Amino acid sequence: MNRAESPSLLPLELQGVTFRHRGLTLLEPMDLRLERNGKTMIMGPNGAGKSLLMRICHGLLRPTSGSVRWAGNGATPETIRQRQAMVFQRPVMLRRSALANVRYALSVQGVPRSERRWRADEAIERFGLQPIAHRPARVLSGGEQQRLALARAWALRPEILFMDEPTSALDPTAIKAVEEAVETFHSEGTRIVMTTHDLGQARRLADDVIFLVNGRLVEKAPVREFFEQPQSREAAAFVQGELVW
Amino acid sequence: MDNAFQVAFQLIVSMDPVLIGIVTLSLQVSLTAVVIASLIALPLGAAIALWQFPGRGLVIVVLNALMGLPPVVAGLMVYLMLSRAGPLGQFGLLFTPTAMVIAQIVLILPIVAALSRQVIEELWWEYREQLQSLVVSRLRAIPTLLWDARFSLLTVVLAGFGRASAEVGAVLIVGGNIAGVTRVMTTAIALETNKGNLPLALGLGIILLLLVASVNAVAYVIGEAAKRRLG
Repeated sequence: MNRAESPSLLPLELQGVTFRHRGLTLLEPMDLRLERNGKTMIMGPNGAGKSLLMRICHGLLRPTSGSVRWAGNGATPETIRQRQAMVFQRPVMLRRSALANVRYALSVQGVPRSERRWRADEAIERFGLQPIAHRPARVLSGGEQQRLALARAWALRPEILFMDEPTSALDPTAIKAVEEAVETFHSEGTRIVMTTHDLGQARRLADDVIFLVNGRLVEKAPVREFFEQPQSREAAAFVQGELVW
Repeated sequence: MDNAFQVAFQLIVSMDPVLIGIVTLSLQVSLTAVVIASLIALPLGAAIALWQFPGRGLVIVVLNALMGLPPVVAGLMVYLMLSRAGPLGQFGLLFTPTAMVIAQIVLILPIVAALSRQVIEELWWEYREQLQSLVVSRLRAIPTLLWDARFSLLTVVLAGFGRASAEVGAVLIVGGNIAGVTRVMTTAIALETNKGNLPLALGLGIILLLLVASVNAVAYVIGEAAKRRLG
């Protein structure tokens, strides 16, 4: 609503960010800049630190060292968090109806009751969830829950949307719905950052790719460049579908 | 014995006023204690589940240990507090139903708090990232988690009710088992058995058993149905 007036959160700047847990270095010192627009796919083999990097950006985890800096002049840490949303691999829904889950997210962010109603209805409609709006959210199918998670995120009007392998547990129809949703967010100006294992999906959706191996940022390139002229040996092997060490 | 059973059933079927009075008071005391204890213990358990603070481990161990607090000890503690010379003696609560409610609260508050702490901690584990992502404060998360765990917590509250309605030591010490004033099912059973008045003791015992069994059956049915329907 008021996001047009307030200065943009982006670009997001990571400087020397590392993450260590129980003596293991899970993220090597990393500098990264996410610009205002576009769809970025974070890719890499298992254990590369993709989800970790995303959680650090979103503020769910604090880096062991280094800084995560949002532009957004003068915005408080809380409003910075409120202008982001994240969709997880397995969405967590509250034990209430689908519609009530969307309303809950709005109420937490202090949206007035009357506005909550129409914004939740709008989100439900936007993602084609009207037939199941009043069903308990936790008994919906995986694909329906993921669409609901997207609707919930959309209702919050985030400036940036993080998605952690949102399609890895879904069937092709549901995957298509999620990919369409990504385009919906994108067309409305939401910055997309997403992890995926699916090379085809990355080619379809990405503007650029961040490629991680073993907690190291190996490559950051526009999607065509990444797939057609990978600069590193690891990326070359990865786009060929080979195992990367 | 057969005769005692017959008389017991007659007492129940004929709604004997003495028996009804005892049953009513028992329910009043235990239900009031459960409601008050739950109002305090459910948020308390949730808060302990969500917050890290120094001595948290100790608090959890103490709460868990207090689940096994012997009713007579709880009764003795409340007795000392409420007796004429005690810190709350001026209110003259000893040997009143209020004193019995207080004693039962002391008894079941740790049970409800400790068990709800476990339930909420498990749920928090599942919800944590999502709620943090939605920028839900811990304070705000407490009612959310309590509501989402409502079916598990129903069982927790009933465990408290079971304990309250079945114990005899605490209410005997602070209530005094005064006929028509503080005589509840368990204290009446103890007394009547001692006097050899087996029919009344048996009748009360049967009602107590039925009551606890039916409350738990209802809770089970509600819980299962709700879990199936709401996931």
